[in-house]
Amino acid sequence: MTETRQRPLRVLAAMSGGVDSAVAAARAAEAGHDVTGVHLALSANPQSFRTGARGCCTIEDSRDARRAADVIGIPFYVWDLAERFREDVVEDFVAEYEAGRTPNPCLRCNEKIKFAALLDKALALGFDAVCTGHYATVVLREDGTRELHRASDMAKDQSYVLGVLDERQLAHAMFPLGDTLTTKDEIRAEAERRGLAVAKKPDSHDICFIADGDTQGFLAGRLGRAEGDIVDESGAKVGTHDGAYGFTIGQRKGLRIGRPAPDGKPRYVLDISPVNNTVTVGPAEALEVSALTAVKPRWCGTAPSGPGTYTAQLRAHGGETEVSAELVDGELRVAFTEPVRGVAPGQAIVLYDGTRVVGSATIAATTRRQSHVTA
Amino acid sequence: MAYLDHAATTPMLPEAIEAMTAQLAVTGNASSLHAAGRRARRTVEEAREALAEALGARPSEVVLTSGGTEADNLAVKGLYWARRAADPRRNRVLACPVEHHAVLDAVDWLAEHEGANVEYLPVDSYGRVHPEAFREAVERDPSDVAFATVMWANNEIGTVMPVRELADIAAEFGIPLHSDAVQAVGQLDVGFAASGLAAMTVSGHKIGGPYGIGALLLGREYTPVPVLHGGGQERHVRSGTLDVPAVAAFAVAGRLAAERREDFAREIGALRDRLVGAVLDAVPDAILGGDPDDRLPANAHFTFPGCEGDSLLLLLDAQGIECSTGSACTAGVAQPSHVLLATGTDPDLARGTLRFSLGHTSTVEDVEAVAKAIGPAVERARTAGLS
Repeated sequence: MTETRQRPLRVLAAMSGGVDSAVAAARAAEAGHDVTGVHLALSANPQSFRTGARGCCTIEDSRDARRAADVIGIPFYVWDLAERFREDVVEDFVAEYEAGRTPNPCLRCNEKIKFAALLDKALALGFDAVCTGHYATVVLREDGTRELHRASDMAKDQSYVLGVLDERQLAHAMFPLGDTLTTKDEIRAEAERRGLAVAKKPDSHDICFIADGDTQGFLAGRLGRAEGDIVDESGAKVGTHDGAYGFTIGQRKGLRIGRPAPDGKPRYVLDISPVNNTVTVGPAEALEVSALTAVKPRWCGTAPSGPGTYTAQLRAHGGETEVSAELVDGELRVAFTEPVRGVAPGQAIVLYDGTRVVGSATIAATTRRQSHVTA
Repeated sequence: MAYLDHAATTPMLPEAIEAMTAQLAVTGNASSLHAAGRRARRTVEEAREALAEALGARPSEVVLTSGGTEADNLAVKGLYWARRAADPRRNRVLACPVEHHAVLDAVDWLAEHEGANVEYLPVDSYGRVHPEAFREAVERDPSDVAFATVMWANNEIGTVMPVRELADIAAEFGIPLHSDAVQAVGQLDVGFAASGLAAMTVSGHKIGGPYGIGALLLGREYTPVPVLHGGGQERHVRSGTLDVPAVAAFAVAGRLAAERREDFAREIGALRDRLVGAVLDAVPDAILGGDPDDRLPANAHFTFPGCEGDSLLLLLDAQGIECSTGSACTAGVAQPSHVLLATGTDPDLARGTLRFSLGHTSTVEDVEAVAKAIGPAVERARTAGLS
């Protein structure tokens, strides 16, 4: 189970302008591949400069990526995928929130943009693979099939947001940072050693197309304010909100409920109902989920035939939990060994067998110990 | 390597490099009064005389600038401000829509910040401004026209403009006409005095001279309001210490461009025709941009239906063929060319363009490399499609 690609490939390196993708491109070039850098312009109206540590769509980022490509000594282009990104990622993001779900746009971007629109164009132009700065490992097995595994360093692992890739996409994916058992500081040191000026650039966080990090404000701008009730489990009104779409199941902050709960404990968002624009809140215990169903399953390899036991990850940077899962009529039925809290419909569940990514699906409904929630 | 992007910049001529390097070790500010200053001034003035002779102008009409962009800005803004100051009714600017951005954006800036009423002249499918259309625009109200600007030849599609006829019409109404001749020098006869222009932009690095040097040829009766204020150099319209080595080398390149122009135009035109023939043979549905006959002899521009120009660029670059899509970038993203859009080209079609521009180092081998590579590249780019 080692990376055995030795043949020089024509590689298209997606370069965000950040340190990870720059080092990834440099490593691919150093490994002897014929690398071309490409920066994806994902915003129709790019900002000139980054504000704080956010975003990856500014003109400055594009220049940083170009500068890194020049230092590595590879050709560099900017490809305009703003329209595809808007349709497949931004609009999907807004529609999902509008429907009361909590989407993961990074996952959607990997599925629809980096390893679809970009990969398809790369393959058509004669490239063999797309290289990114993700921390995950592709393993080429002796039978020629490929597996996606967690990064060597679990703390940096990003296999969750790549869990949507199928085997064909994996066959053309290259993650040179995946076998890195080093800290981020060491990646920065490597960038420094390679003469890459992005070595000291802050990490990007949050959602790249919401430059100021204000997701609520972004959604309010897109969907308008729609005042509604916040109710408790009994249906009694405990507060008001400016739009049900602005909430995530398990959310505690920002509820602005004046009156404390009778038991004095914090209350969490239990349910979001876009139809009657109502947000239901309750105690932490009420968040506990014993099972879920997930739709649109995607498998990294062949789909499992019968029920199986896996570990599951339910959100980016989330922990692992043991589940049993089975594919029934195209839907994934998942039962948790121990109840888990804060499972939000719209997020992906990624199933693992050890370090290997088995597949993923989008959470559609959860079963609480008390009730059943669909959003 | 096949370098076919001479319209972006062309290699410096050995004679120009020699003139420049010789001056780099010499001290002297051409504005100083002492011996070192006098020596520098003599170099500058001899260079000015050589440039004037090469461009059919008087030495006093050569206003040295940092390049074509600055010369264009000085002409556009300076003439507008001066003409409007003389008569506040003059706020109309007649501009050609296929200009380089150095003119286009300066004109748009006047509209946004200085109350200019910018009127874009109609162009035909070759991107040419017709004298009748210009006359019609002027005659609607000659008294409110601040100035007009029409390039000598288009940098993307190569079409040559009827500059002398346009200048005659402008002169009839006492309206100054500026022309950006950056691409025309060395390929066409651009004699300034004979042109009847009020102002004409030229650039060093497009003719085998150094970067960062250019000139605005400026009729003696015009005093544009300066864009750069300072020491009062260059007739008080362009302040700044002169770059003596660059000026000296620019003059050598200008002289050689004039001396060699006829032979160069004939030879490069033949090579260009060969390239056009080869591309059309390999890709029969490619469309030659610009006027097929009355065009810059070193320019070949094509539209490849169903292709992204960027994809073609990448594929050719990978084979050592260096050319351009011809259009400007916004944040590095290629936009459909404003030139093609102005000629009425469909926006999707306008994305699949390539400009090959030849120059003094171009060879038959360069053309053969394109002939061999272009067919497969177009085929592949079509598979990748329009994203």
